[in-house]
Amino acid sequence: MNVINNKWIGSRTIRPDGADKVTGRASYSADTSMPGMIWGKVLRSPHAHARIVSIDTSRAEAHPGVKAVVTAKDIVEFPLDKSVMLGIQDMRWMSRNVLAREKVLFHGHPVAAVAAMSERIAAEACKLIEVVYEVLPHVIEIEEAIKPDAPILHDFLSFEGKPSNIAGKLEHKLGDVEAGFAKADVVIERHFKTRPVHQGYIEPHSALVSVVDGKAVIWSSSQGQFMVRAMTSLLTGIPQSDIRAIPAEIGGGFGGKTIIYLEPVATILAKKTGRPVKMVMTRDEVMRATGPTSGSMSTVKIGATKDGKIVAAQGTFYLQAGALPGSPIRGAAGCAFAPYDIPNVHSTGFDVVSNRSKVAAYRAPGAPIGAYAAECVLDEVAEALGMDPLELRLKNAARQGTKAAHGPVFPVIGFVDTIEAAIAHPHYKTPLGKLQGRGVASGFWFNAGGESSAQVNITEDGNVAVTTGHPDIGGSRASIANITAELLGIDYKRVSVLIGDTATIGYSNLTGGSRVLFASAMVVTQSTEKVIKTLCERAAKIWKIDPEAVVWEDGEAKPAGENAGKFPALSLVDIAAKASETGGPIGAGVQQNTQGAEGGFATHVCDVEVDPELGIVRVLRYTSFQDVGRAVHPSYVEGQMQGGAAQGIGWALSEEYLYDKNGKVDNASFLDYRMPVCSDLPMLDAVMIEVPNPKHPQGVRGVGEVPLVPPLAAVANAVANALGKRFYSLPMSPPRVLEVLDGA
Amino acid sequence: MTEIRYIAPSSLEEAIGAYAAAAGAARILAGGTDLLVQMRAGVVSPGTIIDIKKIAEATGIEETPEGGFRLGAAVSGAALAEHPRFGQAWPGVLEAVNLIGSTQVQGRASPGGNLCNGSPAGDSVPAMVAAGAVVTLQGPNGRRTMPVEAFPAGPGRTNLAPGEILVSFTLPPRPKGSSDAYLRMIPRTEMDIAVVGVGVNLTLENGTVTAARVGLGAVAPTVLLVEAAAKALIGSKLEEAALEAAAEACRAACKPIDDKRGTIVYRTKVAGVLLKRTVAIAAERAGRN
Amino acid sequence: MAKMHVATTINGEPEEFLCEPHDSMLDLLRGALGLTGAKEGCGTGDCGACSIMLDGRLVCSCLMLAPEAEGRKIDTIEGMAQGETLHPLQQKFLEMAALQCGICTPGVLMASRALLERNPDPTETEVRFWLAGNLCRCTGYDKIVRAVLETAAEMRGAA
Repeated sequence: MNVINNKWIGSRTIRPDGADKVTGRASYSADTSMPGMIWGKVLRSPHAHARIVSIDTSRAEAHPGVKAVVTAKDIVEFPLDKSVMLGIQDMRWMSRNVLAREKVLFHGHPVAAVAAMSERIAAEACKLIEVVYEVLPHVIEIEEAIKPDAPILHDFLSFEGKPSNIAGKLEHKLGDVEAGFAKADVVIERHFKTRPVHQGYIEPHSALVSVVDGKAVIWSSSQGQFMVRAMTSLLTGIPQSDIRAIPAEIGGGFGGKTIIYLEPVATILAKKTGRPVKMVMTRDEVMRATGPTSGSMSTVKIGATKDGKIVAAQGTFYLQAGALPGSPIRGAAGCAFAPYDIPNVHSTGFDVVSNRSKVAAYRAPGAPIGAYAAECVLDEVAEALGMDPLELRLKNAARQGTKAAHGPVFPVIGFVDTIEAAIAHPHYKTPLGKLQGRGVASGFWFNAGGESSAQVNITEDGNVAVTTGHPDIGGSRASIANITAELLGIDYKRVSVLIGDTATIGYSNLTGGSRVLFASAMVVTQSTEKVIKTLCERAAKIWKIDPEAVVWEDGEAKPAGENAGKFPALSLVDIAAKASETGGPIGAGVQQNTQGAEGGFATHVCDVEVDPELGIVRVLRYTSFQDVGRAVHPSYVEGQMQGGAAQGIGWALSEEYLYDKNGKVDNASFLDYRMPVCSDLPMLDAVMIEVPNPKHPQGVRGVGEVPLVPPLAAVANAVANALGKRFYSLPMSPPRVLEVLDGA
Repeated sequence: MTEIRYIAPSSLEEAIGAYAAAAGAARILAGGTDLLVQMRAGVVSPGTIIDIKKIAEATGIEETPEGGFRLGAAVSGAALAEHPRFGQAWPGVLEAVNLIGSTQVQGRASPGGNLCNGSPAGDSVPAMVAAGAVVTLQGPNGRRTMPVEAFPAGPGRTNLAPGEILVSFTLPPRPKGSSDAYLRMIPRTEMDIAVVGVGVNLTLENGTVTAARVGLGAVAPTVLLVEAAAKALIGSKLEEAALEAAAEACRAACKPIDDKRGTIVYRTKVAGVLLKRTVAIAAERAGRN
Repeated sequence: MAKMHVATTINGEPEEFLCEPHDSMLDLLRGALGLTGAKEGCGTGDCGACSIMLDGRLVCSCLMLAPEAEGRKIDTIEGMAQGETLHPLQQKFLEMAALQCGICTPGVLMASRALLERNPDPTETEVRFWLAGNLCRCTGYDKIVRAVLETAAEMRGAA
């Protein structure tokens, strides 16, 4: 680990991209235009499930102002029997999600797209495309989809030898659960349901693509320009070297922009028409046809001995994949019991397809679903044992050396610290009023490393330009500037940080998995260290001494000691001014598959008040305690914790997808898809606990996702505490709360 | 593609002429907070859009010689909130109008638009019904008035005759000891459509209710005037038995539907709960006047 | 289709544009006028990302027809800073990290300024209800509310 004086790391600097964002100048995807640009619009399925018999585009093509029409036959076909993976995404499903091929699988599934002189003309022309459908029975809910007589979405899928909507299964086993339960004094088993929820980014998906001479330039807002390039290349057949993907500023993603929707469609339209094509989704399209996270059906059973030792845990998690396989069962089954040292664990996930839009990643995908069930059952175990729920968690908390059921043996982790901090916090001791309740829950998320690239250049006037390859979704540029300034010993304001496009920076994996700062800090640190080495060499050259005799301190090159000679220190500006004479431009880049991202843990405490006549639950107070490794920029770490808590409160209380009997989303708007508004929430206190990750130069752990893992159970346990009645289904919306209360 | 026109006449006569000439293909634009959403969704595609905000009578707030108020149909919620005396006389109507949408929507949305939209869940309507507001309509055949509760005809439908425009609301003078209140049930604290809305208007004399009106929204195809609830309150000192009878009258009046915003069981139960809470607020206010 | 000619004032400068009668003001701002600071998050007045001031009142530009701008005064986020000098709210949002992705920020700032112009000393509850029409999915609103309250206190101190 570097010796650092921490002038900048840990300080609340102003983000480099901030002024652009508060003045309206920052350029998001839909803010970009090009000369000669035309507009694309998608025709979407009016059925939840139907075979496409024929598509006739001739009337649309003849419509005045229409320049081109595309259907699935214009994109690369990926045969159903051969998997083509890009990361965790299978292109067989991705291509069919972008444009339906054999069947439409959900209401809103793209069937074709039109490019025309205006968005309005394109929309009109979509109505002129004649699609003949053979409507098939549809299925929306998990419990229906796994019945033996359910309509089957994909005849090529089978489970246990029979055609099925179960597309996959994942199991984690540790020890012997039956033997474990046999030793338990208290065993509690409960069934849970959660509804699909959308990431709810405020910026709809959009893309602007220009294709000239077979070379495509894509402006879009995504969580990875390299993902955009790779997937567009696979779906269009254009080689990656002929695609330049430019990352626009991104207006929120939360995992939902780790895949593509419009980019390949706009690319083909642009190629066909020879004109730049812009496509922007409406909110309605975002809600209907982009990925929420899964709804779920779970069973969790936990056994403990009288003294509060958990001896066995079993979980079964059915998650909706949407219309095409790939739900986050790994997150649900893997994270549910991971915070605890449990000798016997059996955790199973089932991936279930149904006629809903294909799910996409959402902040710690699957983990909130697993934690909801596990942490609610734990609460009941504590109650049955007469134990404080945090003490129960503390007694069983995973520590350094604990083996998790999903594989790893934990290194230095700060989970215990989060529980102890919660117990000691004034929030946990504050008395509650009538109809008020307090709930707690903990959570774990894997976190990720992976590929990142950075380039650190010294400008001719002695300042610093850093380029990385990850779209900045919540302030990562500020953290990178903090680290670079720290290492170089210069003022933070002298560092500029840019996000490169696919042509200007090396391959960098997604902004996702809570990996951006972990990974980019590693490559930026190594690049900066190389630059410092070069700066010392240049100083040595100027002084005509051995490079080993030069040290870099406080932003200056100095002789290492008396023996090295007596020279006045050389600043970055001095050395940059002489760069040409001493060997040329100064800069360094590092590209690496980063390793050593360690898991993240958090414990949340939530107070609620319930109006028992109306069934309304309001959150009165909320405090998150999280092991954040090292908070390079504390404000943006707190921001992650607060944002995750708010999303979790929405998931617990008000957000859900509603479908009508035809399988159409019934609440595809911000009016009826109820995300928390400002007046719904209290201040969200964030207590950062820094247990540095020993495998990272600055001690960074991912912090972005674990904040969404505990809230569902924390809120549910608080409601149970307030009412003395438990809820096993989310959201705890007013009609459901009254139903449970009146059911007494 | 159909030709679309936008006009912003400065007189009512001009507006009515254009509206009649369009023969049903025109839409009146007041705040536009419903109309633009419907146009965007393709629910309506008017040939002519007639903006009535340049017509003085449609945007004015006047105190009548008798001591009541006349509100232009296109007065924005924000403008109404800024009036120095309206909120003292009609706090319930004001809070209902001010519950329509966000601060941004308040800058535009009007009680006239809220009523003409014909939604049974429009927030201002139960409060206007409770207030005993009378609407003035003008069309090719002249002016007429009707009680506000007679205006809605069903979800999205009104009793405006062809070519007629809603011009204004007239609220009666306030006897001593009068006040009103409006409460609605929404799942969030803001930005939702009412699941149930209750407007109550009371006059008290020495603690006894001498006049009462109750408007109930979002529980039937149109906003309801619940006379049985008012009857239960009149003559009482708001004892629990009277309140329960009024709540029961509200529950009995409910003919709700199950939809994405609420269930029949839930709406019916909540109508009674809100009635009691709204009466309490109106009575507390009336006691101060 | 015949386009309409509209003469208006935007951020203090006279401006003229041609529009179709059913274009929204947001379409015009983001399109022909090149003022892309107002964002379209929903197009139905539910998110507040397109907030502008119309004759001194906060409105959603997606719920306003472009021809309605005739003879009116419009202010957008692009006019909030005075040259290089940020408005105190803009400065405070930066200092207190009251934004993450930034897509809702222009609308939140326009709404917050409108609040402080009317109410220089709002309570936390007043701030929260005033901003209820501005959806933010990143921050949980905590740092936004704190930044508005802090700015209000500083502006009162300076006044």
